[in-house]
Amino acid sequence: MIDFTFTEEQELFQKAAREFAETELAPHVPAMEENDEYWEPVIDALCEAEMMAITIPEEYGGLGLGYVERLIALEEIARISSATAMMMQVGGLGIAPILVFGNEEQKQKYLPGLASGEHFATVAVTEPSGGSNPKDCSTTYVKEDGKYILNGRKCFITNAHIADVQVVFAADADDPSTHSTFIVESGWEGFKATHIEHKVGWRGCNTGEIELKDCEVPAENLLGPEGKGMRVAMTVISDVGRGGMVGCALGIQQACLDASIEFAKERELYGKPISYLQAIQFKLAEMKIDLEAGRLLGYRAASIQDAGGNAGNEFAVAKYYTTEAAQKAAKMAVDIHGGYGVMQEVDITRHLRDSFVLGPSAGTSDIMKVIIARWVLS
Amino acid sequence: MVSIVVCVKAVPDPEKADEIRIDPVTKALPRQDVPLVINPLDRNALEAALQFKEGGKVHITVVSMGPPPAGKVVKECLALGADEGILLSDPAFAGADAYATAFTLAKAIQKLDKTDCILCGRASSDGATEWVGPELATFLGIPVVTMVREFVATGDERWKVKADLADGYRLVEVEMPAVFTVTKDLNTPRTLRYSGIIKARKKGITTWGLDELDVSESSVGLKGSPTVMSDLTYVERKSTCQFIEGTLEEKADFLIQKMMEVGVL
Repeated sequence: MIDFTFTEEQELFQKAAREFAETELAPHVPAMEENDEYWEPVIDALCEAEMMAITIPEEYGGLGLGYVERLIALEEIARISSATAMMMQVGGLGIAPILVFGNEEQKQKYLPGLASGEHFATVAVTEPSGGSNPKDCSTTYVKEDGKYILNGRKCFITNAHIADVQVVFAADADDPSTHSTFIVESGWEGFKATHIEHKVGWRGCNTGEIELKDCEVPAENLLGPEGKGMRVAMTVISDVGRGGMVGCALGIQQACLDASIEFAKERELYGKPISYLQAIQFKLAEMKIDLEAGRLLGYRAASIQDAGGNAGNEFAVAKYYTTEAAQKAAKMAVDIHGGYGVMQEVDITRHLRDSFVLGPSAGTSDIMKVIIARWVLS
Repeated sequence: MVSIVVCVKAVPDPEKADEIRIDPVTKALPRQDVPLVINPLDRNALEAALQFKEGGKVHITVVSMGPPPAGKVVKECLALGADEGILLSDPAFAGADAYATAFTLAKAIQKLDKTDCILCGRASSDGATEWVGPELATFLGIPVVTMVREFVATGDERWKVKADLADGYRLVEVEMPAVFTVTKDLNTPRTLRYSGIIKARKKGITTWGLDELDVSESSVGLKGSPTVMSDLTYVERKSTCQFIEGTLEEKADFLIQKMMEVGVL
């Protein structure tokens, strides 16, 4: 028998995340919408609520929980602010390679601070030439006097200006087909977070560029074996990164459905609430179908991940399905809301804008199809 | 070590009140239809206890009476920071009114080694009688102060509290141990934390039934309840909107007449 239910403890985690999102996070949302660079109080709240400690083992100061619990938290947070969920999910993406590939010294050095919120993390892979084919990486490293010297530029990096611990992917300057990953601290000479991006959605979610100019990285900050950077980057992006996007998408779907149900029950047309109209009912039903199906895909993949399996392909399916469904849900929510659906003060417009940023993050839907096709043809 | 008991009721989630259906035969509220949550005002009571704990050596015992699913609510209290949970659960306890509930809670509290203070929410969000706290104090033979909004002085054998009145407040000094029922103005309950949920793994919930409390079946549950429910119906909230036509003077006259009819003028 397959048990599709949360445990009692997971139900409490869901409740905890919901309470945090509704009471601590929601008050920040208007300020995030008002000021695209309003992220510090949000990051403080995330750390204070132990949200960055979820997957870090207890021996490093974390909570020692799994990716199902992380997905639960992300979904609840994204229901209130998917912009915040994105910063949290990419923070977790920065933690994951240290967890999986870090040696004991690296774990001792970085994980306790990342769990407590003293430090915040990100992963820097994408470059101006794109992120879906990291083999074309133009950021380089050379080994000199027992140190690595990094040069290059990374763009569209979530948490670029927040993260003081950044896992950077770079190519060997002497052999561009060889890649390695490094833990880079933002305070080091030669590291600079430069341009801040302003996106169509996810206002208040920090996205930007980083510049590495003769940035000296101590040899002990090589993450994973030298030359195995592709494995380090792809392992975490394919499950932790895409799993995080599933959480962001599910939250938007739920928020759109909740708002649509409430509106449909209140808004009257032809003397009755519009929830009596089959055209509206069918939209609500479709939103619910997509949400339930997306949850099954996402939580199944996270369960495989927690059981120690490779869930990269399952997350590709879930990422594709839920991010597409979130856009669809936001569009249908706008349709249900009629004129109100395009008014800025109505949250639906925020969800619509946010849903469109889900697609390119952690791989577009087309890239997900490439991965899924490779899976079925292999 | 100060021992505080917090009485907690598992109630249908008030935010899903419109999903609650009255059983047409028994006039009871089937609890399985709606998720159970901590009665909101009991959360203020627990918060008060947790704040006392932050200020000194305090042991918090949560006592709740309800069917086995109410254990989830007790577990949540442990996750919020209570030290120990006692669930009073027995088929014989079913159907209890405020009197039988207070009696059963009192029997459980009397079984504890030591109780210095008992905190309850002012009322439950479903029954809303406000009787359990005072009746509990009566069964235990100790003082009660209802509608407490502030603990002014605590720690000694006598506590001083501010308690609400309709048009002000009372400043009450009371000999301990005592029962306090609290209002939502007392504090802002803390939110659940992941680490609290993990810590709660090591905290136990003890279940006591008829045998453990050593009470007769006729004194608890429906049999021990003097209250008889004659009827329970839905309250229909309907509002209508009437547009006033005419000149400004006609509109004003009409409005004055309407206001006089409903007694606001």
